[in-house]
This record gives sequence, structure tokens and C-alpha cells, in this order.
Amino acid sequence: MQITAEQIEKDLLRPIFKTGRKYLVAVGLATSLVLAGMAAFGYQVYTGIGVWGINSPVFWAFDITNFVFWIGISHAGTLISAILRLTNATWRRPVTRCAEAITVFSLLIGGLIPLCHIGRPWLGYWMIPYPSQRGIWPNFRSPLEWDFFAIATYLIGSTTFLYLPAIPDFAAVRDAAKGLRKRIYSILSLGWQGTPRQWQRLEIAMHIMAIAIVPVAVSVHTIVSWDFAMTLIPMWHTTIFGPYFVVGAIFSGVAALILAMALLRRFLHLEEYLKPLHFNNLGKLLLTMSLLWFYCIFAEFLTTWYGNTPSEMAVFWENVRHNFAPLFWTMVVCNFVIPVPILAMKKLRTVTGTAIASCTIVIGMWIERFLIIVPALDHKFLPYSWGTYRPTLVEDILMASTFGFMTLLYLSFTKFVPMISVWEMKVGLQPRGGGILTTEAPGEKRHGLVLEGPLPTDVEE
Amino acid sequence: MSHKWGLVVDLDRCTGCEACVVACHAENNIPTVGKDQAAIGRTMQWIRVERTWEGDFPNPKVRFQPVLCQQCDAAPCEAVCPTYASYHTEEGLNGQAYNRCIGTRFCANACPYTVRSFNFYNPQWQKPLNLQLNPDVSVRSVGIMEKCTFCVQRIKSAEIQAEAEKRDLKDGEFTTACAQSCASKALVFGDLNDPHSEVSRLASSSRATKLLGELGTKPNVTYLERGAWQDANNG
Repeated sequence: MQITAEQIEKDLLRPIFKTGRKYLVAVGLATSLVLAGMAAFGYQVYTGIGVWGINSPVFWAFDITNFVFWIGISHAGTLISAILRLTNATWRRPVTRCAEAITVFSLLIGGLIPLCHIGRPWLGYWMIPYPSQRGIWPNFRSPLEWDFFAIATYLIGSTTFLYLPAIPDFAAVRDAAKGLRKRIYSILSLGWQGTPRQWQRLEIAMHIMAIAIVPVAVSVHTIVSWDFAMTLIPMWHTTIFGPYFVVGAIFSGVAALILAMALLRRFLHLEEYLKPLHFNNLGKLLLTMSLLWFYCIFAEFLTTWYGNTPSEMAVFWENVRHNFAPLFWTMVVCNFVIPVPILAMKKLRTVTGTAIASCTIVIGMWIERFLIIVPALDHKFLPYSWGTYRPTLVEDILMASTFGFMTLLYLSFTKFVPMISVWEMKVGLQPRGGGILTTEAPGEKRHGLVLEGPLPTDVEE
Repeated sequence: MSHKWGLVVDLDRCTGCEACVVACHAENNIPTVGKDQAAIGRTMQWIRVERTWEGDFPNPKVRFQPVLCQQCDAAPCEAVCPTYASYHTEEGLNGQAYNRCIGTRFCANACPYTVRSFNFYNPQWQKPLNLQLNPDVSVRSVGIMEKCTFCVQRIKSAEIQAEAEKRDLKDGEFTTACAQSCASKALVFGDLNDPHSEVSRLASSSRATKLLGELGTKPNVTYLERGAWQDANNG
């Protein structure tokens, strides 16, 4: 069945103008999680961070686990979208928008966590270099300061990257809307008329952003890994952490993307757009990442084991055999044992199959972040100061609220922006010269548009 | 002459009495956190006495080791602080500016010796301990990291006194609270730049070792210990 441009516009703009009951229930649930998180945070600030389970020597636990996890998830979007854009992979068209949105929102959440986790959150702005009466700059030798700049750069970059290709779609909404909504979208669409000149500029801008954002994305998670690798702590102080974190980030990011796409497909009825082909292709990427991830952790643990340094082996055994062994092996099962067979077999690499694999991977990668942080901290050099960690209810609520916050942001986003890029879908619609295009909605004038790659390609295998 | 403050801990002299721990609490306004908090690892101590057992029953050998901030010259805690709350002073101390601390706890994670204490709650003192706070030392609030300062308030007041009297500081003129209270004289504090000071003499002893010296943190605390091989040689 061939979809027409009209159909695309109708299907993809529908969620913006129509709100269902299920949607409101989901928003309600997500909002209540966010409110619970805010209450927990308020309690924590009022009472002291002692309401968390952190202690000496485990000064970081759930907080930084969530931080690394969410920053990792953010690597789904922009990076993948940028690479697919640069390689002219035309099947990307329905995928990029939902991917880029994941990046922006998970970065927002990830960036918020360090602010909530510090002992005096009201002084968090001291990380910002500004001329102040204190007469002191932040310490640029601190990996936390690098984090601040890396995440801020990535957030600005990926927001721009999300915004640019959305401009023609904002214009489409503007033309379909009335009243206040029309005014808002007029501002958002920055006077987009769909002239050839505008198209050309948009293409150039998107190309520049796609090239620029790749090194930024890689550097962000490398720098996050340096929060650990730059210390002397056994099993933290290792050169593999940079690439290992980037691999883990893309791994968990693709999993999150597949999950989000499966949900969008189901609830926004986008079966015509998010096809098994997309899940199949992303499933292959996920398989590659799973193997890479396993390679990284294997290389890390083998080197440690072979080197047999007592201080490192203490952490090693904590992971593999002692207190954290159940979590460790759950992680291996979730990240490798379950997903690899599912993703390796073409028959199982379906929408459901990839969604199940993604589900276990998201869980497994969260555990992985936890296991990087806590076992190393609670078994530092001097055995007398060894400790352990148990999360409290406050930490559990805060963690749940990050997921609620993500859901809420994502759900709200579907109300403001078409989750699949309307104009890009139209570009991929028909052979050059077009015949099916009957309506001339703004953002769709095809002359002057630099088309990438052979068309059409969104064919099922 | 500039100073370089150092401490020597003679493990062969330490009896594990923990007088140093009590003295440190009293001198530096360190709160006690109570049983429940201590049980979950929230103890606040700037100096602690580690106990290790060697050998099995019926002949176990117990060793005591006071551990405090090693005042490293290449301190892992300093570089990681984003706000310069932990910084290197001109006299080589690992300073901790409480007012600058925002509580990232990165320093405590980076410290291989785990000698930093964090204020998980606002500090409280049980009566009558609230009446004995040292006016020379600031009281810390919730969310702030703290640690041994080598009794910087004593260092400063001695230096100011000496400067006022236009003379050099004498070795042994003042000492830290822990060293002052050590009955067996296991702790000796002084200026490592003064070659004639007791601490310099002891620090160059053949018994001298550094705690986790292999990490390259260049601690200014020296441990004196007769090694097992010396035990064997001397019967």
C-alpha cells in the first residue's frame, strides 16, 4: 500500500490535535511519579542527604548510577540520528525525531541529577564560571567541571539538532492550527515558508550539526567515565573506561530508542511508519553493541584477573563471587545471554523480539552502572574502611521519578511536535519529480530541496 | 623559613587507646553521630585507629594503626574538587574551605585512605558536649565534607605568636591535639623543613614507611614500624 502525503500529514499530526483517555492516564501516572520525586527531594534538602543510604566509603550510589544511566541513554538519539543522516541511510526517516527527543530529555534528567545529589544543592550554581564576589573560578582540573561543560555543550547541541529538522513540521502545524496554537507555532517555525533558499539553508545547518554532534557525543560519555577513571580507586582507574562507557551508552541508548519506538508505534498507531524494517535494522545495531559491550567487560575483567593486584581483586571478587555476584550475573544475562540469541536470529528480530531484548538491556545497563560505582567504592584499598550500601526509600522514589520524568517529557513532546518528521517522510515518499503530492502544505515545496540518497527506500523486505 | 608540616606515627609505640580520637573530637568540634548512624557507616572521625589481626587463634596478633588525613603532596582529593573547597595551602597542607564545599563528595571517593568525613545531617552535640566547642574552629553544617587539618588553628596561632615576637618557631612549641594527647608518644608532629626537628629525625628512620606509598600520593604522614624481617633478625 502506498501512503499519500495527505495521509502522512493526517496520521502524524493527529496526536497533536487529538488527546485520548489512555494518554491522560499515562500523563497522570508519570506526573504523580514526578511529584513523588519532588517531595522526596524536598524532604532530602530539608532533613539532610543522610536520608539516602550513602555512607562512608560509598559516597556515590543510586544518584550517580542514575546520572550515568541517563546520560548513557542520551546517546541513542543524536549520535545515531547524526550517523544515519551522514551515511544517508534513508530508512532513518521515521526514527530520527523520536531518537533525538530521547537525547534531549534524558540529558535534561541526567544533568539535573548531579544538582540534586550534592550536599548543598542550593549552591550548585558554583559550578558555573562567572565573575563573583567570591573571586574564585571553578576548578578546571576537576572531572566534574568537565562534566558540566560536556553536558551543557551536548544539551545545547542536541536541542539545536532536534529543533532544526522540526522547523518545517512546526510550520505544518501552524498552518493546520487556529488561535493561540497558531501563534505559538508561528514563533516556533521562525517564519518558515518552504522557499528553496530556506530548504538549502536548513540542509546545510543540519549537515553541520550532524558532523559537529558526533565528537561531542563521544566526548560526553568519555568525560563521564573520567569521573571514575581519573581517580586512583581500584577498578575505576583504568584506560578502558572511556571507550567502554561510550559503547555502553550507545548500547543502552539504542535499547531505549527501540522501546520508545515500540510504544509509540503501539499507542500512536504508527504501524505504517515504524515498520518491522526499522526494528530489524536497529536490532542489528543493538546486536553489534551487545557484542562490543561484552568484549569491553571481558577485556576489563580478564586484565584485572590476570594482573591479580590484591586491591583490584577485592573488587573483582565482590562483583563476580561475593555480595554483588547476583547483580553481576543478572547483568551479564540481561545484556548478553538473553539479547544476543534474540537479536542474532532473523526470525526473532521482530518488533516484539527487539522490544524484549531492549527491555532486558535497559535493566542490565542500569545494573552495570551501579556495579561500576558501588563495589569499587565499598572495597577501596584499606580493608578497615570497607563498607556496603543499601538504598533507602527516598533513593528508590527519586529513581522511579527519573523514569516518570522521562515519560512525562516524552508524552508532552508528542503533543507539541510530530513524533515522526512529516516532511522527511514526504521526501521519502515518491520518485523524484513527485506526482502524488497534491496538497502544498508549507514545508513541502520540493524544488530546491537537496534530496539525499535514492528514493524510495522505505520498502519492507 | 617556610614550613612543611608532617606527622610521624610510631606503630611500635601505639597501644590503640584512642585518646587521639577523643582529643581530635574535642579540639576540632567534630560531632558524634550516635549508635545507629555509626552502624551504617556515618561515623565522623578525623583520625581513627584501625585494628588488624594477624595469625589465628590461639595466637592472634593485633596491630593498631591510627589513620588520619595523610596531607599528601600529590593529593587525589584536591584535583577533583570542582569548587576548590579542597586545595593545597602554601605550607603543603590539604586545606578544606568549608564555605566553598557544595558536597559533591568526589574528594572522599577519590581519597584512597577514606579519611574524609561528610556531614550527612546538621551536626548535634549531646549535652554537655555542646558547651565545650572550640571557638577557634568553625562548626560545619549539613552537606559539607571535612577532614583532619593538622590542627591548622594551632599552627596559625603559633605562627602569629612567633611573628609578633619576631622569632622563628621552635620545634615542639606547639603540637596537634592528637599528638599532645598520645600517652605513649606514638604521634610526633613538627616541621619537616627543619632538619633538627624530632619529626624530621624520626621520618628518616629506617623503620619509616608511607601508607599506600606505592600510589604516589606523597603523604606527609610517616609510619614507623619494625618490619617482620627485622623481628626475625632480632629474634
